[in-house]
Amino acid sequence: MNTINLTLEVWRQSGPAADGGFVTYEANDVAEDMSFLEMLDLVNEQLIATGEEPIEFESDCREGICGTCGVMINGKAHGPEKATATCQLHMRKFDDGDHIVVEPWRATSFPIIKDLAVDRSPLDDIVTAGGFIGVNTGSAPDANLIPVPKETADAAFDAAACIGCGACVAACPNSAAQLFTSAKIQHLNLLPQGQAERWKRTEAMVETMEQFFGSCTNHGECTEACPKEIPLDFIAYTNRDYVKSKIKNRKLAGQS
Amino acid sequence: MIGSLDPRVPDGPVADKWTNHKFDMKLVNPANKRKFEVIVVGTGLAGASAAASLGELGYRVKALTYHDSPRRAHSISAQGGINAAKNYQNDGDSVFRLFYDTVKGGDYRSREANVYRLAEASVDIIDQAVAQGVPFAREYGGLLDNRSFGGAQVSRTFYARGQTGQQLLLGAYSALMRQVAAGTVDLLTRTEMLDLVVEDGRAVGIVTRDLLTGEIASHSAHAVVLATGGYGNVYYLSTNAMACNVTAAWRAHRRGALFANPCYTQIHPTCIPASDEFQSKLTLMSESLRNDGRIWVPRDPDETRMAKDIPEAERYYFLEEKYPAFGNLVPRDVASRNAKTVVDQGLGVGPLKNGVYLDFAVARERDGVESIRAKYGNLFDMYERITGEDPYERPMRIYPAIHYTMGGLWVDYDLMSNVPGLFVLGEANFSDHGANRLGASALMQGLADGYFVLPYTIGNYLAPLLGTNPLPTDHESFRAVNAEVAERTRHWLEIKGTRSVDWFHRELGKICWDNIGMARNSAGLEKALSEIPALREEFHADVRILGGDEGLNTSLEKAGRVSDFFELAELMARDALTREESCGGHFREESQTDEGEALRDDDNFAHSAAWEWTGSDTEPIRHTEALEFENVALTQRSYK
Amino acid sequence: MATTMSRPKPEPISKPPRQLPFPLSLYQTAVGKKWVMALTGIGLLGFVLAHMIGNLHLYEGPVELREYAETLRDIGTEVIPRTWFLWGFRLGLIAMFALHIHAAYTLKAMSVKANPSSSVLDGTKKYEGGQDFIAVNFAGRTMVASGTIVGLFIVYHLADLTWGVLPWVDYERGDPYHNVVSSLENWPVALLYIVANILLAMHIFHGTWSLFQSLGINNPRYNGARRAFAGSIAAVILIGNLSFPILVQAGLVDEDNCTAPCGITGEEVEAEEAGQ
Repeated sequence: MNTINLTLEVWRQSGPAADGGFVTYEANDVAEDMSFLEMLDLVNEQLIATGEEPIEFESDCREGICGTCGVMINGKAHGPEKATATCQLHMRKFDDGDHIVVEPWRATSFPIIKDLAVDRSPLDDIVTAGGFIGVNTGSAPDANLIPVPKETADAAFDAAACIGCGACVAACPNSAAQLFTSAKIQHLNLLPQGQAERWKRTEAMVETMEQFFGSCTNHGECTEACPKEIPLDFIAYTNRDYVKSKIKNRKLAGQS
Repeated sequence: MIGSLDPRVPDGPVADKWTNHKFDMKLVNPANKRKFEVIVVGTGLAGASAAASLGELGYRVKALTYHDSPRRAHSISAQGGINAAKNYQNDGDSVFRLFYDTVKGGDYRSREANVYRLAEASVDIIDQAVAQGVPFAREYGGLLDNRSFGGAQVSRTFYARGQTGQQLLLGAYSALMRQVAAGTVDLLTRTEMLDLVVEDGRAVGIVTRDLLTGEIASHSAHAVVLATGGYGNVYYLSTNAMACNVTAAWRAHRRGALFANPCYTQIHPTCIPASDEFQSKLTLMSESLRNDGRIWVPRDPDETRMAKDIPEAERYYFLEEKYPAFGNLVPRDVASRNAKTVVDQGLGVGPLKNGVYLDFAVARERDGVESIRAKYGNLFDMYERITGEDPYERPMRIYPAIHYTMGGLWVDYDLMSNVPGLFVLGEANFSDHGANRLGASALMQGLADGYFVLPYTIGNYLAPLLGTNPLPTDHESFRAVNAEVAERTRHWLEIKGTRSVDWFHRELGKICWDNIGMARNSAGLEKALSEIPALREEFHADVRILGGDEGLNTSLEKAGRVSDFFELAELMARDALTREESCGGHFREESQTDEGEALRDDDNFAHSAAWEWTGSDTEPIRHTEALEFENVALTQRSYK
Repeated sequence: MATTMSRPKPEPISKPPRQLPFPLSLYQTAVGKKWVMALTGIGLLGFVLAHMIGNLHLYEGPVELREYAETLRDIGTEVIPRTWFLWGFRLGLIAMFALHIHAAYTLKAMSVKANPSSSVLDGTKKYEGGQDFIAVNFAGRTMVASGTIVGLFIVYHLADLTWGVLPWVDYERGDPYHNVVSSLENWPVALLYIVANILLAMHIFHGTWSLFQSLGINNPRYNGARRAFAGSIAAVILIGNLSFPILVQAGLVDEDNCTAPCGITGEEVEAEEAGQ
């Protein structure tokens, strides 16, 4: 088993209101097959052994789908691997002697809870504003009643693949949540089932987003950071839907 | 064996039971629904779908999750798909066939009436999910695509690329958030249920800890619904998420709810072996890999050559040799047990000699690399990402891992536990999968329970309670439980021992894996029963939890969960020891056919065992529920 | 029903404003503002392009350049008095500038609020440990800076060649050829024009690429072509605009060979016109 030695600079902050700062730790004998989070587990074991409080960070499924984990690693959201969440980043991507800076996601609306853990609940607020199709349990028609062209279903899926990790906001210099919001909106707006609430949904979700996050300047950092590589095009579709919605006569919405 | 549990299954032919029962149950008038308060713990598929559906009906719902968002529950990791008896493929599927397959797949240890209802509801689940915008795979004609899964003879599995679980959960989550917006559901995130409050024999509320502030709080309601998932993490290494735990169910068990069939655990044969001591979880790869891969180990335990340099004669294709007819496609449990056998013989491969080869060389010769890439590209990429080895060049290494638990809190036909007012849904209950769960059935059960069963049956319980108020949270019962929870939290911080929670969890996992794992025998189970309490005592004396109880403290959260795993592990061992037969995921070495197959003992064990808690130092009481098979004939399976 | 739990939750950083009637409501949101920025950007881009092409008359000589300038004043004289069209056009430009700048300023302010530690100028300092950008290029990151500098440059440019108020330029009303040459003969001024136009080209490059996104009219099929399109437009404008100061400095455009009205004074031109 190959092992490497690393120097970590980890952001430590005891609570939301406390001052934070970087603390340097030596991580020795890190197996290359470990994931980045297992490396942090190992550091934590050592910290506990020496009586220092372990580093708080969030993770759950550790297979890149739940979206719980995520930190800035050397200035990149989820680290250097493209299309990879932090839990799926393995230490063999680093070299012996590397210096790694680990910092929490940052945005005004992602306040730090402790160390590397942040509160991402505004993303849920955006979904609450309209990220659903209003169908009560039991009232659905047969699933094959409405054919959905395969291309449409695939495009909707590309948007629906968003795992809600917040890396897009973290990577954006403006702390904009456009990619997350657009993925959520377009997943539903592209499908025939989502048409009834399309305009209402678009306006409500965009306007909720804007209460919490910055403005998109089309830099594209979000897509680069996204573990699911959600394309920027969804942002464009959302912009178009939003302006259309403002201009449209809703009573004629059925005609588009 | 004391007494016999009554599951309160309605009379009549199995196909009419649910329909008749729906008519017979008491209803709550729409205007009165808002007078009832319901707590739903857990927001995975079962919890989110239940909370959303109850909210839509007009109940006042409080939904809790320990995650930062309801969208993160481990339902999200299910890859394969969801079964439904739609028969869109015109290949002979029906509700009865899905029911039949599920009972048979469960090795005749499930309750027929529940399984039939599950098969009926499966059809509605797909309709509901599609209407919510779940992007299932489609044909070019725009209609839904299906595939055959887990050895089923019909194509009834609906899927959304490799993320069916995530897409279904997002559907349920969006329905839940719609109710949060409508004000019918009060959502509490980062809130963990740490105890159940029972008053006068009824579940009347819960006590929680706010994971951000550490505040212990009481919540009362007319009914409590647990949808808190399975307990696979008792083994430390499993395919479960880091936070998956048994605490909510276990605390309910300690307050009187019976825990049924804890020894029914499911192993998945194609996981990636652990790479080191600090590995935190195992990753599952789709079983479809076995369609083209050949499983083997070197015959020489001291083999050091690369796989491709080992001559054919020195390779041991153990499944093909033992099971010529099925070969590498024997069922999950058979494949898993045989892999464990060869690894235990020292024939394992990889740096830690803890895996077996899954070799695609023959398929590559036969079909070409491009064909392999088209079929398994995603899985090969995932494997390479995790192991750093290129599976196109060298064989994959695989090993079985714990992946689902069929046991759980005992529930009756209405999904209510023996504690009135306490309902249990999804993987947390024991109801539908018997001793073994079929592929693509977990998602189906979670959603059936939440969308289509509980919303009816909870009304039957609540209707007579009209006019009553939930117990005030300053009532003596709440105050007592609240104090107990606070005391437990303090206890962990006061030990100030020398070892981390994870260390104890790993040690417990090893005991469980070695003795209550894939193959069990009485000596091993007795050993587990003596080792677990010893380690538990050490845990209570020597665990080191740093930090305080205010603010986020993951170690503190884990301490409580691992502590409950200790108690559960003991019950698992006891249940496995008592069940002197092999069935489904439970394999007792003493009970096998001449060919090494699981041998059921239907005369003595055609029942579910539900355990009653009697205290930390006293033996639990075993209750049984007899299982009757009126529609599916009992047969012994064979794969030779 | 239960003990209430108090826990801080991220509050909105801006309250939604009272909704104004359409079309003002559109401008109340960031997406709407970006839309306005894109539309005004297109207008300004069109002006910059036309301005550059028109200025190429410089290479035809003083008379032709002056004729071109006069023609602009003559547009629309069939229906409205002379220069009214030009003034209308100018007012439109000013409005577009104003909207473009106001939208940019308010959007920037919004992003600054959304960032715990950002500064107005670079806007990118989010991480104490630094951030490693992957997708965004220099042009994209410096839109505010390039826009501000170009804006200030335009004021200089107006003072230089429209108002003629700069003491170091021998400004002659009605003789654009002379004015251009006498301004750009100064090497610091030529350098200023060169730098400003490079920044303008960068601004145009990101803006042209980005406006499709803001308007939502892009299509994955043409995404590759979008960057090439933006690059071409920026390059054409850059080459055209840079040619003026460079060729003047190189001495290829000067007043040595010029014939009347080269070097004539404003009064003489007016007298000439009056005499016709």
